[in-house]
Amino acid sequence: MQQSWRDRLVYLGVWLACASPLFWIVYLGLTGGLTANPIEKVIRTLGDFGLYVLIVSLCVTPAARLFKQPRWIAQYRRTIGLWAFAYVLLHLLAYIGLDQFFDWGAIGKDILKRPFITIGMIAFVLLIPLALTSTNGMMRRLGPRRWKRIHQLVYIIAPLGIVHYFLMVKQDTRPVVAFGAVVAALLAYRAVQWARKPAPKKRAAGT
Amino acid sequence: MLIRNAPDLTERDVTDKALYLRRREFITGAAALGLGTGLGFQSAFAAPLPGAKSRFSTNEKMTPKDDVTSYNNYYEFGLDKEDPAKNAGRLKTRPWTVAVEGACAKPQRIDIDALIKRYPLEERIYRMRCVEGWSMVIPWVGFPLASLLRSVEPTSAAKFVVFETLNDPAQMPGVRAPVLDWPYREGLRMDEAMHPLTIMAVGLYGETLPNQNGAPIRLVVPWKYGFKGAKSIVRIRLQETQPSTAWQKANAREYGFYSNVNPEVDHPRWSQASERRIGEFLRRKTLPFNGYGDQVASLYKGMDLRRNF
Repeated sequence: MQQSWRDRLVYLGVWLACASPLFWIVYLGLTGGLTANPIEKVIRTLGDFGLYVLIVSLCVTPAARLFKQPRWIAQYRRTIGLWAFAYVLLHLLAYIGLDQFFDWGAIGKDILKRPFITIGMIAFVLLIPLALTSTNGMMRRLGPRRWKRIHQLVYIIAPLGIVHYFLMVKQDTRPVVAFGAVVAALLAYRAVQWARKPAPKKRAAGT
Repeated sequence: MLIRNAPDLTERDVTDKALYLRRREFITGAAALGLGTGLGFQSAFAAPLPGAKSRFSTNEKMTPKDDVTSYNNYYEFGLDKEDPAKNAGRLKTRPWTVAVEGACAKPQRIDIDALIKRYPLEERIYRMRCVEGWSMVIPWVGFPLASLLRSVEPTSAAKFVVFETLNDPAQMPGVRAPVLDWPYREGLRMDEAMHPLTIMAVGLYGETLPNQNGAPIRLVVPWKYGFKGAKSIVRIRLQETQPSTAWQKANAREYGFYSNVNPEVDHPRWSQASERRIGEFLRRKTLPFNGYGDQVASLYKGMDLRRNF
């Protein structure tokens, strides 16, 4: 793809914006800013940004349409989506390695007994094929229709992420309800797009 | 074990009193100029408040004071652990009156400074287990609740004790949102309240209580989850019926009246079998009654602790 220096600069900005929470966590760690319970703080923060970045990735397509910039989809959606996967993966690894210290018995029990962990695990497992099929090669091999089918899993994953978050909140559910509303709006946008589509056989411009 | 005995020398012994009082003035002056910010700020104002050693103290390694005073659940000052240390500075703890009332012959309204002088203060180094799965070891300074309750001469109708936290939206940003049914209320059965382990804490680490830890006076019940320890108490009421407490009202399925630390009874959403001691990497096993079973298990003889969680 031909890219001007401006495109590259914007891409770098998007990449840095996605990476900044990770830099921030490292900075807090080095300066003692992760509270007296750094393990919990790291796990929570990684989970938070997993969800936030996933929501941002869901905004790319509507934003590209709204601002009539279809190239944004090709340029930024994969990067942002992969960063969301990275945060969710780190979130899970921190839970396994830092919180439980590879106590597989306790982890297995958690997954079976705690609905919020069960749901979180399902959401993570569903994210794996999206990350694996994100390369240009996989896109070509699968063809646009099948590739799109797989990536529509995100419409299940994002609500699962919200439910996972909702079920673990101790008392104040206001923030998670707000994020849930944002996800609901983004999915409603897709629903409206589909309903408007004139004929089922016709090819859509994007998801 | 790292520290078997508390060190014999304290900061007070090695620093000349006049010097440290001047240092305190300097800190106060600096704060007035807006130089002091961030964590540990309130504790700069703490006054020395020593307590006599107690046989009830654990000799486990104490959680560093910075952690005890910067990682708090005190929803009246915000929901994040760092919020109380940030927001509680504006709480005015003088003048302060504690009302002790209800089913008793001599109800009283006691000024906090009189109350602090009324009973010999003891240092109680207790384990503190939060319902969220973390724990600390905290050197509280306080006196047995039983001493205070005896002084009001409870009647035979006094079966339960209710503790009520200050509820002032002007000073407590957290109570402006209906996160819990304010004011925060906690309760104990009379025999739990009269137990020698149950104390009213007015200090920690040999100094007056920092606001974020519940100044000027709070409840500490070491064999129960931390949230039973109501902070910044304005009212203690004796009554015949079992009260419903703030967390019970918020979610009765998850938080019971007794809330004794119990590794066998999981919180519906997470295991209570283990805990992370603040400052440690590996989780440790949670002990029944937070390790105070020898002293308190008899209070619950014949009770189904799964049902009465």
